[in-house]
Amino acid sequence: MNDIAVPAALLPSYREQSPAVRTRFDSLKAREVMLTVSHLHKNFETPGKTTVALKDINFSTHRREFLCVVGPSGCGKSTLARILAGLEEHSAGDVLLQGRPVTGPGSDRGMVFQGYTLFPWLTVKNNVMFGLEVNGHGKLESERESMQWLQLIGLEKFADAYPHQLSGGMKQRVAIVRALANQPRILLMDEPFGALDAQTRCRMQAHLLEIWRKIDITIIFITHDLDEAIFLADRILVLSAHPGEVQELIEVPVPRPRSVAQFVSPEFLTTKARLEELIHFGQQVPEEEQEQEDYPILARMTNVTDNVE
Amino acid sequence: MSKPRWLRILRPLSPHARFVIGIASFVLPLALWGIVSYVPVVWHPQVLITDPGSVSYLDVGAHMERAAFESEVADARHEGRAPPKGVAANPIYLPSPGEVLKAFYTSFKTPPPTKDGQWLHQSLWHSIQIIFWGFVISSVFGVPLGILCGAYAAIARLSEPFVEFFRYLPAPAFGALAVAILGIYDGPKIAIIVIGTFFQQVLIIANTTRKLDPALLEAALTLGTRSRQLLTRVVIPGILPDLYRDQRILLGWAWTYLIVAELIGTTSGITWFITQQARYQHFANVYAAIAMIGIIGLGIDMLLALLGRRLFPWDRSLAKTA
Repeated sequence: MNDIAVPAALLPSYREQSPAVRTRFDSLKAREVMLTVSHLHKNFETPGKTTVALKDINFSTHRREFLCVVGPSGCGKSTLARILAGLEEHSAGDVLLQGRPVTGPGSDRGMVFQGYTLFPWLTVKNNVMFGLEVNGHGKLESERESMQWLQLIGLEKFADAYPHQLSGGMKQRVAIVRALANQPRILLMDEPFGALDAQTRCRMQAHLLEIWRKIDITIIFITHDLDEAIFLADRILVLSAHPGEVQELIEVPVPRPRSVAQFVSPEFLTTKARLEELIHFGQQVPEEEQEQEDYPILARMTNVTDNVE
Repeated sequence: MSKPRWLRILRPLSPHARFVIGIASFVLPLALWGIVSYVPVVWHPQVLITDPGSVSYLDVGAHMERAAFESEVADARHEGRAPPKGVAANPIYLPSPGEVLKAFYTSFKTPPPTKDGQWLHQSLWHSIQIIFWGFVISSVFGVPLGILCGAYAAIARLSEPFVEFFRYLPAPAFGALAVAILGIYDGPKIAIIVIGTFFQQVLIIANTTRKLDPALLEAALTLGTRSRQLLTRVVIPGILPDLYRDQRILLGWAWTYLIVAELIGTTSGITWFITQQARYQHFANVYAAIAMIGIIGLGIDMLLALLGRRLFPWDRSLAKTA
């Protein structure tokens, strides 16, 4: 992260949008609503204690929107993704995909996980074919489509390789097209680049935007990396922790197409300043956790005689 | 000072060192056996009579304790009789490596002592069949049940406490019962192998199934896999290399039950050969037959390991260990 301290007064407000950006948002909001989450609650029951993980979450996304979800650790953003995917049940509220309630996992919502979840016993091509085959597509058709997807990400040469022969970035590219091959309405991504090194991560972000531009897909992207969120998102849903609540839904004023050069643009910096304000200062840390964060002041060891700072 | 690589903790060996040390693993016990057999000052508690001299009860080729022999010699000398002569020898139950090596060949060439007896290769083949059927029958039930236990908590809870109890019952304890139910021939022998293998098999395979990464199941679910497809499309292929490894270990287990199993009812197979040869004090043949069991067991396991690498090219752990 490039934490450049710029006095907030010198930056424009993150709410200010250039005409081009405003037009983009207008057309985005004019598109039909893809996913609606209303009054969503999630409680974890442990013996003698109920932990509220998510409290009254409300938001909706439009078709072909790129929505990022950020928040401090423990804000339940992964839980939110898992509920949307149908992998976890919610305690109250509604999740509607194009008006139909989500009751369990299904091929209309693809998911990419942080860990590498390619099937190790299948070749790259067969991994991409998996979703098509379990949904009743014929083998030949699945194979043809799978090759097209691999061409899209430039991995057709690795069609017959096994996942263990791929690098981390390549694995996640395959995982993305494996999810997309089903032609889901929504792609859920739970910190998908979290395990990658910084350079690969940067390339994957650009790559993901490229894929998103080319196909009709709505993306909900969970991350704790604020730069990543601003770089990728149309809008950013900011959650607070304990319990996980929506703090703000920010419309990113950074124009598209995005490039690395924009990381130091005023729009980018003001958005980041706002996000940091919300995440680092805007929340009250419960007392028991605050105590853990107080590290003891160390006395200098007697055999240390010079200063390093 | 840097320690040699092979003395460092958790460091893999170089291929050369692996080979040399692997050979040593067999050479060392053989060398020890050779020293005990061929160096007369080591052990050799008995004397092999080469000339009975004036001692009437001694024959050429008889073994006797060294102390008794020496007192006979002293007595004869004292009384002016011809003393017996002999060479230091080990007890008859410890033949030398050379004799056992020779027995590997001769035991196959020796006709059975009785007319209805079996040649060694027939005995071995019979034993292999017993193992094979015992293991197949156990696997036909044990593998699916193990997978189901691993996959469904309710099935596990229903069967595992009982299986857990049953696996502590020693399989040979069921010998008499097996004979009463299945007769005296191959039936009870196969049954003992099944009892000895099955219960371990269920628990081991259930555990292997539980170790499957749940993220793979979730990934499959988000790709639209229905729950009944999960078992065949994710669980079984996902655990297959580990399952195969478990089966190899369990097959080794089955071999250890072989001798006990073959003693039940009419003694048969390699056990019959061993007991026959021991009765005639052909201990070299006994050792050869026991070693053959080891060689066949290890040989089959190595073949299966090789086959496993062919079958599961994606499996990383197999490439590392085998």
